[in-house]
Amino acid sequence: MATSQTWLLRPFQERSTQLFLGVLFAALVVVTFLHLFMPEDSALHVSAYTVTLLGKYLCYALLAVAVDLVWGYLGILSLGHGAFFALGGYAMGMYLMRQIGDRGVYGDPVLPDFMVFLNWQELPWYWQGFDMAWFAFIMVLLAPGLLALVFGFLAFRSRVTGVYLSIITQALTFALMLAFFRNEMGFGGNNGLTDFKDILGFDLRSDATRLGLFLATGIALAVGYVVCRAIVTSKLGRVSVACRDAEARTRFLGYRVERVQLIVFVVSAMLAGVAGALYVPQVGIINPSEFSPLFSIEIVVWVALGGRATLYGAVIGALLVNYAKTVFTGIMPDAWLFALGALFVLVTVFLPKGIAGLLQKRRQKDDDQPGAQEATA
Amino acid sequence: MSIFEQLANRDQVFEFLTPVASPVDVRHGPILYMEDVSVSFDGFKAINNLNLTIDDGELRCIIGPNGAGKTTMMDIITGKTRPDNGSVWFGSRHNLLRMNEPDIATLGIGRKFQKPTVFEALTVFENLELAMAADKRILPTLTAIMKPEYRERIDEILEMIGLQALRDKPAGILSHGQKQWLEIGMLLMQKPRLLLVDEPVAGMTEQEMERTAELLTSLAGKQSVVVVEHDMGFVRSIARKVTVLHQGSVLAEGTMDQVSNDPDVIKVYLGEEA
Repeated sequence: MATSQTWLLRPFQERSTQLFLGVLFAALVVVTFLHLFMPEDSALHVSAYTVTLLGKYLCYALLAVAVDLVWGYLGILSLGHGAFFALGGYAMGMYLMRQIGDRGVYGDPVLPDFMVFLNWQELPWYWQGFDMAWFAFIMVLLAPGLLALVFGFLAFRSRVTGVYLSIITQALTFALMLAFFRNEMGFGGNNGLTDFKDILGFDLRSDATRLGLFLATGIALAVGYVVCRAIVTSKLGRVSVACRDAEARTRFLGYRVERVQLIVFVVSAMLAGVAGALYVPQVGIINPSEFSPLFSIEIVVWVALGGRATLYGAVIGALLVNYAKTVFTGIMPDAWLFALGALFVLVTVFLPKGIAGLLQKRRQKDDDQPGAQEATA
Repeated sequence: MSIFEQLANRDQVFEFLTPVASPVDVRHGPILYMEDVSVSFDGFKAINNLNLTIDDGELRCIIGPNGAGKTTMMDIITGKTRPDNGSVWFGSRHNLLRMNEPDIATLGIGRKFQKPTVFEALTVFENLELAMAADKRILPTLTAIMKPEYRERIDEILEMIGLQALRDKPAGILSHGQKQWLEIGMLLMQKPRLLLVDEPVAGMTEQEMERTAELLTSLAGKQSVVVVEHDMGFVRSIARKVTVLHQGSVLAEGTMDQVSNDPDVIKVYLGEEA
């Protein structure tokens, strides 16, 4: 048991967190080095394209950590976390749209191209303020956080849990997808927001900016991981597990289960929002397909594959599945969904604790008592 | 001298049994007062004009056939179920019908479920840690630290329920009887004024049953204890006062001898066993 007195510092005393941060930072340094200092014709050179691809993976990893926080530790299977990811992405996208200024196709100094095209005369009220970076970055946290707060408040107060909650989260993201598809919503309809020029004054197409975004994503993942780890190693984390395993018991011990669920859900949604915000400038577009229920289910598959309730398992799962996806869709695009489905079935049947479970088993093999194992069975 | 013999010694006062200064007003005697309580589910009257008074420090056994409303009664007291009418008071100051489950738990009503319910993924120690009387709001829980005095108290309870050796093992590996004990230990960590215990000896061996009886009788006097139980032998071994429930209301009340000679009781309940 970690002994630090401050909850935020406790993760740094854990071996697993030290190892995770060590590997992550080493990877960031190595990629940066190979990108900057290896000659372009060298086999070891990491191209700007690969750097951005890795940055995208890291965004997914952060998103997976957010899902693991609520699913693994709180027992809330959210099939709608893509919605929070996309909202964070849209907040960032709106900022990037406003940065374009008069460099758009129609050259309007204020209105984004799609609004000019739709004959809109002025900026809708909810687009105000997004020309300021600080405002947009706050909205990256606030928009998903608020949605999670309202949604969670209603759901947890009425004690909706289990499969019903999963279905509602799925419906939530589906409803948002339909809404964002509409041109009247003012978010660019099915084309979404794209054609970004620069972020904080840096050209988005330059290699240096891409590397910077990649590193920023790595740091965001590290911070998000430590925050989640700090929560799950605190007493609140143990209360979350208690809510997951025996909700009624927890309530009769005097804990407000719905508030625990709400606060952790909101934190998770905000992390997902940050992941989305870092994702958008790297892929260069945000459109309603990020809200699609399928995407949210995919996130859950990453976490299941990596191993629930470990956090690092979620990261491993997200990286592996997305790497496989990149490779697979390159070779035979049509087979990917079948491969993903097969993967999910195989993991559920043969690796119920995911890859992390496999790692833990290997570590515990020496000091485990056979008697204890039998009793759990 | 085993810990259970020590517990049976009525002269000894354990520090953790002394109730914390509680706002519960028991100057008028009863710690729990239920009057004219009724509740129905889809037209079925689970509780029908129930009147029940538990005195401070009393050990009361409640018996009754299946469907007599015993568990529903506990649900009402702990705030899980709202009655259609009637009033339920904790001491003479707290109206339980206006409070939710966590508030009632914090006020000092602890409940043990019929099926032992512990947090299986957490260790025995962590189970007791979560149960400990403390500020249970979100922020204090997030920043909570394990103080030496907390550790001592948890170890004290661990010793009492005889699970020291399993301190750092996940509660999921405990046997059925050990889980029951852990759950009682968790209730004691809460420092409750009133303990509601639903079928504490179900599935226990003879020996475990005896230990449970000793523990429960030793608690009475410091805390009020309400035991719902099917096992007549067990009830006979601990009961001073017995209430018989039938079809949602009180059929008879008195000592074990009194109620077991009551003709109505013999007819509806004990008669079946004889």
